[in-house]
Amino acid sequence: MAGLEPFVARALAAAIGLAIVAAPLGCIVVWRRMAYVGETLAQASLLGVALGLALKLNLTLSVIAAAVAAALLLIAFGRQKLLALDSVLGLMHHAALALGVIAIAVLKGPSIDLMSYLFGDVFAVTANDLAWVFGGGTIVLALTVWLWRPLVRLSLHEDLATAEGIDPRVARGAFDIMLAVVIAVAMKIVGILLVMAFLIVPAVAARPLAATPERMAVIAAAIAALSAIAGIGLSLNFDTPGGPSIVLAMTSFAALSLLAAGWMKR
Amino acid sequence: MTHDHSHHTSHHTDGKACGAEHRAAAEQPALVSARGLYLRRNGRDLISNVDVDIRAGEIVTLIGPNGAGKSTLVKMLLGIEQPDKGSIIRPPTTRIGYVPQRFEIDRAMPMTVNRFLTLGVGATRDGVETTLREVGAARTSDQQLASLSGGETQRVLIARALLRNPNLLVLDEPASAVDYAGEADLYDLIGRLKDSRNLGVLLVSHDLHVVMARADRVLCLNGHICCSGRPEAVAQSSEYVRMFGLEAAKALAVYHHQHDHRHDLSGALGQDLSSALHDTKEA
Repeated sequence: MAGLEPFVARALAAAIGLAIVAAPLGCIVVWRRMAYVGETLAQASLLGVALGLALKLNLTLSVIAAAVAAALLLIAFGRQKLLALDSVLGLMHHAALALGVIAIAVLKGPSIDLMSYLFGDVFAVTANDLAWVFGGGTIVLALTVWLWRPLVRLSLHEDLATAEGIDPRVARGAFDIMLAVVIAVAMKIVGILLVMAFLIVPAVAARPLAATPERMAVIAAAIAALSAIAGIGLSLNFDTPGGPSIVLAMTSFAALSLLAAGWMKR
Repeated sequence: MTHDHSHHTSHHTDGKACGAEHRAAAEQPALVSARGLYLRRNGRDLISNVDVDIRAGEIVTLIGPNGAGKSTLVKMLLGIEQPDKGSIIRPPTTRIGYVPQRFEIDRAMPMTVNRFLTLGVGATRDGVETTLREVGAARTSDQQLASLSGGETQRVLIARALLRNPNLLVLDEPASAVDYAGEADLYDLIGRLKDSRNLGVLLVSHDLHVVMARADRVLCLNGHICCSGRPEAVAQSSEYVRMFGLEAAKALAVYHHQHDHRHDLSGALGQDLSSALHDTKEA
């Protein structure tokens, strides 16, 4: 990447790496209608930021820990029958946000910028963050490939998959935890409020262009990577914020793809 | 979890057995064998004291009113749900092909028939085509699953079950999304598959008419097994009449007698059995 400023090269590498890791998970989120679950995990990561700052821990690790803890809590809540998951999420989502904002306000450290957590700062990506994106990303991608067929079969028809010998608790639990890790790592780049767009929008854009689940995942990854490049280019040229610019590029792809699909059907 | 052989005759000794049990296949080991199943849900006994055996080459039809626990019993036999008490034995040689009741694919997931039939099954494209022809759904393999009709979807689901090379086929309300003519065709297909592949078949239905005419053995479920046996015997039992009404019993008895020809019936049969009976008499 000759000619690129190092911070731009790091931003591109992190955004593209994350886009490719997140895309297949995003497809499963769309199939399993888990967008709200993802939002809740993202809010929980704000609490992780606060805890990390208060206890002077590695921020990336404390954010991952908070998101994974929220995922485990959701798995436990999923076993009760009194409340629908939607209501549980409505409760946890806002509780986590309120707690996170209060915790950060109480800490009042000099260097805490709430906006950078809410919307991310792709140009502030460090070499250490890159190591997380590529190290963690490789592990998550390998696990996704390994669990892909069980996850697709469970998304398609849970009883059929279970009758055919898949244990739904194992595959889903692993997926929920992977989702928490990806959200926690992606938060730094696109922020808490936009992180789910990183997962969902490329999947939505890929849907009309794909005939099979696998092709949808690959097309989503390609669209996400292109959007990362386009968004960072937009941001550099017009001085727009990085994360929102990437999401805007993804949304444009989705709009084009959905419009084209609507046009073809006529 | 114990397997008590003395329970084998419990269908006949509970005082509600309705006629001779289908004995022809009784020598073979059962493909699945359940004893004393009990399940409690939401403070009530959903399933109690249920015994089931299914053997190769027989169609066992499970009937009962809505909420009788039919789907729950099937899920227990498949291992999707665990009973609170009782035992289920599936010998290691038993391979189950399952056709679930409702299969509405979310349009958010793209899925061709061919991909669906190879997903986690290990079938080749040739195997898929051959099996699709066997179930009468040839030339659907490149179509999207979501674009198929109710009958085509059922056939593709049966194809998936067959590609797992089962000896026991379990179908939960296979005709619920199919019109009457399609329903008869579907049950003909199931009968042919049973013969050509020597399958044991467990069918769930709330529609007594066509289904019972094709069953070797009927299990009447209403929380417990009210009665069981050959269809014509079950139809005459007092338990069955109490559950489904006298008209239904008459319709079934007459229909079963004359099931070698087709009736030109339209509309939902299960809801209007008296007119079905009328038609049958005229025919």
